[in-house]
Amino acid sequence: MPASANRESFRAGVRVGIPLAAASVLVGLSFGVLAEPVMGEVAPIVMSAIVFAGSAQFAATAVLADGGSAAAAIVAGILLNARFLPMGIAIARSVRGGRLWRALMGQAMIDASWALANRGEGRFDVHYMLGATLVNYPAWVAGTAIGVFGGGAIGNTDDLGLDAIFPAFFLGLLANELRGSLSVGAAAIGAVVALALTPFTPAGVPILAACAGALLAVRWR
Amino acid sequence: MTAVWVTIGGLAVATAAIKAAGPLALGGRTLPTPLLLVISLLAPALLAALVATQTFADGRSLVIDARAAGVAAAATAIALRAPLVVTIVVAALVTAAVRGLA
Repeated sequence: MPASANRESFRAGVRVGIPLAAASVLVGLSFGVLAEPVMGEVAPIVMSAIVFAGSAQFAATAVLADGGSAAAAIVAGILLNARFLPMGIAIARSVRGGRLWRALMGQAMIDASWALANRGEGRFDVHYMLGATLVNYPAWVAGTAIGVFGGGAIGNTDDLGLDAIFPAFFLGLLANELRGSLSVGAAAIGAVVALALTPFTPAGVPILAACAGALLAVRWR
Repeated sequence: MTAVWVTIGGLAVATAAIKAAGPLALGGRTLPTPLLLVISLLAPALLAALVATQTFADGRSLVIDARAAGVAAAATAIALRAPLVVTIVVAALVTAAVRGLA
């Protein structure tokens, strides 16, 4: 692909990333409010800046809040991020360039950008993904800071219904992915597997196991 | 406080390694066709699992609470082709309203 096409993809990704960034601000704000009593003021913002993975940050913080060890908190976060292994294998074919560039492109994976960059038949527009993610990064960090410093004024974020933002957001992305019976089958199996495992496994395992939905949908077609 | 910083540092390194693994090991390589089909279905499977657990899971219990109403309202907004931002605002408002009534 010529460089100009990559630039065009990147710009389109930035445009699609702007409304996603609005959601990132709100969810980041929830994270800041929840994390401040556990970690103080600086640590949540540093965490958002260098971990940049919402669900893993929530999970690790919950472990620390319950008095868990750093090791337990790291394991919880890793379980939630383990889905980036299959997601990374999915984009690998579309990532070209040297080792450092490929490793950096992997960092551009966040759920929303990754799903939006899916072009079907195993192809991903990674420059589009990079554009969408780069808009989300400052939004996530700034949202966290607003939550940390404004937490007192905001009160309980559950009273504002902010805990429904993430599932609503992912539902919107899911709607874009449902083309044909195979994808509907994969989604249904993924949801059922995740809910069935929730009572029995640590957080993160149900999401990872839901990848089996993709395998089973192909087997049973 | 040490535990907090160890957690942040450890998780940052682990996350970067997990995200780099696929593109680093397999970058630019053509994968077998059956695998490509599975890969194209990963997004709906993962997104549906995220929606399901974030709507119905509370720790390790499954519950139906105000979030379910909010997400149902979001589904309606999506069916009416509302923009994503409108969808998430509707979800938050309905969840907050149902929670306020409860």
